[in-house]
Amino acid sequence: MALDYSKKVMDHFMNPRNVGELDNPDGVGEAGNPKCGDIMKIYLKVNDDTKIIEDVKFKTFGCASAIASSSMATELIKGKSIDQAWDLTNNAVAEALDGLPPIKMHCSVLAEEAIHTAINDYREKHGLEKIPMEIHEE
Amino acid sequence: MFVYMDHTATTPTDPGVLQAMMPYFNDKFGNPSSVYSFSKESRSAIEQARAQIAKAFNAEPSEIYFTSSGSESDNWALKGTLEKSIKLHKGDHLITSKIEHHAILNTAEYLEKYHGVKVTYLSVDSEGKIDLDELKNSITDKTALVSIMFANNEVGTIQPVKEIGNICRENNIIFHTDAVQAAAQLNIDVKALNIDMMSISGHKMYAPKGIGALYIRNGVRPENFLHGGAQERKRRASTENVAGIVGFGKAVEILKGRLNDDKAKISKWRDKIITGILEKIPHAKLNGTRGDERLPNNINFSFIGVEGETLLLDLDYKGISASTGSACSSESLDPSHVLLAMGLKHEQAHGSLRFTLGRLTTDEHVNYLLDVLPEIISRRRNMSPLWEDYLKSKGEL
Ligand SMILES: Cc1ncc(COP(=O)(O)O)c(C=O)c1O
Repeated sequence: MALDYSKKVMDHFMNPRNVGELDNPDGVGEAGNPKCGDIMKIYLKVNDDTKIIEDVKFKTFGCASAIASSSMATELIKGKSIDQAWDLTNNAVAEALDGLPPIKMHCSVLAEEAIHTAINDYREKHGLEKIPMEIHEE
Repeated sequence: MFVYMDHTATTPTDPGVLQAMMPYFNDKFGNPSSVYSFSKESRSAIEQARAQIAKAFNAEPSEIYFTSSGSESDNWALKGTLEKSIKLHKGDHLITSKIEHHAILNTAEYLEKYHGVKVTYLSVDSEGKIDLDELKNSITDKTALVSIMFANNEVGTIQPVKEIGNICRENNIIFHTDAVQAAAQLNIDVKALNIDMMSISGHKMYAPKGIGALYIRNGVRPENFLHGGAQERKRRASTENVAGIVGFGKAVEILKGRLNDDKAKISKWRDKIITGILEKIPHAKLNGTRGDERLPNNINFSFIGVEGETLLLDLDYKGISASTGSACSSESLDPSHVLLAMGLKHEQAHGSLRFTLGRLTTDEHVNYLLDVLPEIISRRRNMSPLWEDYLKSKGEL
């Protein structure tokens, strides 16, 4: 089946932003599993005083929409506080990409989950309470 | 550059084929079933095509039945044989394999669900070949049909069809083979191979889409699939697709005439690509077998660490049309059932790519592919956490 991706998805897939790793990340989060064909890893650099995400990188195994979702999600949370970043929903990621095909919506969910896991990893390491993760039904 | 490397998905209609078809759309539009002399032209054109196809596979013209597609031929062979056998209380058991095309697999599933048919799905080894002993051991006095594909569309593995034919003949069981891919690449003699029924499809053989045929050996009588008028000697209703049939006959004749030359040329390119990829791309896994037991035009690799769809899009950006059996390119998110049956892990099956060569392939295309592919793979691998984990597990990072 030919998938019709939006121009934004193709742009973020062909030229993904924030690809890579951080040397001493303050938080790391992973979502998905290789069996399903998607796995996303997010690295955060967080300013301890302001709680602003100063840098973010990702690595993703998965289809074009998984890579584009990671790229867009990292752009959307860069420069935001960890609380603002927590509130980023998968729908917001998909909307920012001008939509994803219905069977690819789980890719945006993966981005939200990876960010939540990374933020909780940061919180845990910095004596903050972990926030309960919402379980998405796919 | 337009580099078409998906000849297994479909082929362009040969210009000579198109030319042969043209008169049958308007000049010679008569219904072959009509009585007046004008229709005789359509009728004899169909019989000429039937003879062309019969000759190519060493069958009798009376054994070739035109259908709308390979899928219809597969449906007819399975449903017609099992329905008839159940009606005559001769058995309700079907033996097929785990790596069949969905035209077979989903039909078998339908027969299980609606007709209580018992289906044995033979397993395959890591190269995609069935085990003849497992076949022999699966046969019971209820077995009505064995349907094993001649060659696989994803990995190109050719089955031991002659041995399967012999086993079925010895046990008096009807043997059907889906030769939709094999017939486009190999010399097939249905008599020598003891094949009772065989599905073929025009659009894999440089004829148009939507025309196929089922070879049914004289004496074998599956129940009809399409009921209605008396066309195809009362065995397949519906006014004939005359132009399609004419094109199919012509295409098979042309294909047969050049098959040995094409096979030699195309298998050389195939081997050059396989060797080139293995040399240039680390941890590339060839799926299927090598040499004469592989379709001359098929190349299938798994690239651990990357997902197939991303590679297809990267290749498309470079002008290369390829394919994958992997999750994201299909409606379902499951990876290829063929690769899983061959024992690949899910993440390997997700990262597979298929290139299939044919008449559009050139030396330049082959070199171009080998130039651009390594860079595409390494760029995507560098974005992948799985690749990093894999290298660590191999002690290479
Ligand atoms: C092995 C095999 N069987 C059957 C089919 C279905 O043929 P058609 O497209 O003519 O229905 C295909 C086509 O992809 C095939 O490769």
